[in-house]
Amino acid sequence: MAVKPRQPDPATPATPPPEELLRLYRSMLLIRRFEEKAGQLYGMGQINGFCHLYIGQEAVVTGMQAMAGPTDSCITSYRDHGHMLACGLDPKGVMAELTGRSGGYSRGKGGSMHMFSRDHRFYGGHGIVGAQVPLGIGLGFAHQYRGDGGVAHVYLGDGAVNQGQVYESFNMAALWKLPVVFVIENNLYAMGTASARHAAGDELCARGAAYGIPGERIDGMNVLSVRSAAARALAYARAGAGPFILEMMTYRYRGHSMSDPAKYRSKEEVSEMRDNHDPIDRLRQILQSQNVIDEAGLKEIDRTIKASVAAAADFAQTSPEPAASELWTDVLSEA
Amino acid sequence: MAEEMRRDPDVFLMGEEVGQYQGAYKISQGLLDEFGPKRVVDTPITEMGFTGLACGAAFTGLKPIVEFMTFNFSLQAIDHILNSAAKTRYMSGGQLSCPIVFRGPNGAAARVGAQHSQDFSSWYAHCPGLKVVAPWSAADAKGLLKAAIRDPNPVVVLENELLYGQTFDVPDDPDFVLPFGQAEIVQSGRDITLVAWSRMVQVALDAAQTLKAEGIEAEVINLRSLRPLDIDTLVTSVQKTNRILTVEEGWPVAGLAAEIAAQIVERAFDWLDAPPSRVCGADVPLPYAANLEQLALPQPATVAAAARALCNRPSEGGA
Repeated sequence: MAVKPRQPDPATPATPPPEELLRLYRSMLLIRRFEEKAGQLYGMGQINGFCHLYIGQEAVVTGMQAMAGPTDSCITSYRDHGHMLACGLDPKGVMAELTGRSGGYSRGKGGSMHMFSRDHRFYGGHGIVGAQVPLGIGLGFAHQYRGDGGVAHVYLGDGAVNQGQVYESFNMAALWKLPVVFVIENNLYAMGTASARHAAGDELCARGAAYGIPGERIDGMNVLSVRSAAARALAYARAGAGPFILEMMTYRYRGHSMSDPAKYRSKEEVSEMRDNHDPIDRLRQILQSQNVIDEAGLKEIDRTIKASVAAAADFAQTSPEPAASELWTDVLSEA
Repeated sequence: MAEEMRRDPDVFLMGEEVGQYQGAYKISQGLLDEFGPKRVVDTPITEMGFTGLACGAAFTGLKPIVEFMTFNFSLQAIDHILNSAAKTRYMSGGQLSCPIVFRGPNGAAARVGAQHSQDFSSWYAHCPGLKVVAPWSAADAKGLLKAAIRDPNPVVVLENELLYGQTFDVPDDPDFVLPFGQAEIVQSGRDITLVAWSRMVQVALDAAQTLKAEGIEAEVINLRSLRPLDIDTLVTSVQKTNRILTVEEGWPVAGLAAEIAAQIVERAFDWLDAPPSRVCGADVPLPYAANLEQLALPQPATVAAAARALCNRPSEGGA
């Protein structure tokens, strides 16, 4: 299937200051290198089970988090490694969870799809497609209940938008004007089923129209477009106007999970996105054309990030497995 | 609920018709007036959505009470009860708790047919990460609900519509809290142990009354808590009576009575003079017709007959 044409953004993205551009670049590159390493460790048998890589989609969570407020919360589905890194979680703890070790964020008991950090207001990491959406408006409900000024960033894929509970959530979020931004990461495939085969209607950003929820379709391969859309949507939700939907047109280069050979799309389609729309390449071009950083500086960033990912991989392979006694802990809280 | 909401501003109630309508069964009468719409939240008819919402709010430390108009509708939301509420603490390595209460009427009411008459005791008692209680008396209801609201874990409180209309004494103490995992010996006896919970406690008591006239003294135990299960109290009772009969409103297959029988065999086999036995709801969807409905649910007479058989006594009118 051909990639849907993207609409131009309604607003021209304001170019952020150089240090912010570099932050965005580092964040995306960290996710890219981390995921590549996770893929390698999977191939080596160090990571098992389901493992969904975020490669290609880095601009989405990076652009959103760039505009996140200090009390904002975040929740997503099982393709969650990038969100955790963008929320500031330690790559070592994330990678060690992927390898099922005691140094992981869930001490090895959650795995790739089930990770959390209350300190970073990252609420998972959920394995049931669509379930994170009502949970996410619950985060919004809590922001409103406490009056803490936070907005819940609720991520879902183009596959999840067909779950009934998403519309139950749209209804309540709009009815009660909950501070929520729904970020639909439309990577064009719900596992192996192309959008045209599973989603009626053209634009997923319009799925909230019946509830009066504004929506915009954004070039999710351009981190600056994502960033400026995030600013608009978060300001709207934070002001008490209710939820907002951002449909991020994006693309994953790898299969749905590590066990997916992705035979439902052509090599040409993937190459076209990788070669001509890659979010990291695009930002690198901006950095270079605006003389924000020279070649040596870029190499230094590359080196630092590779080192941090290597350290994470090393930690993830040397951290001990959880003790046998851990089998029985954390089922219930002590009253 | 009102006492706990006064005590803790993080406690709120949400569900269908809990506010302006004052509760489909009037359980939340007056709460909206006292606490306002922020803490007494009328929801659309959207069980999966509001249950998920409440779980998400609970992850942040709020303490929602989710009312299901009846537990039959909790099937719409069971994914969140299990996958979101019960498992998250474990999956997060102890980082995220879900302090939430799921409550509402469970089991058969009266003449409402199969889709509105199901006992979910064994469904929820099956799942690690949940606590499950089923009050019988009004004191149970107060003490167990307060314990549920104060507990940092997800707790399923299985109430009963027919018991809403019965009158019991209730302690006034605002801190009257019943601990989980402790059964109550409602009536002491030496010949047979009758185990029941929720409305079946009354059925067991009525059966015990009949048995007493025949010289059989039944010990009646109100389980109160289904998970954790107070197996110690049952074992102690069996060591005295040497016989045990469980009365379960729900279906027999893979039910709680089967679990009790298995644990009694494991823990008290040498004390048994008869196989651990059970009287359960008939293994059919609940019928509407009055006569069939009565046949499908445990009655005092069927419980008494099963007890007599275990005690090797001739049946009434028999040889």
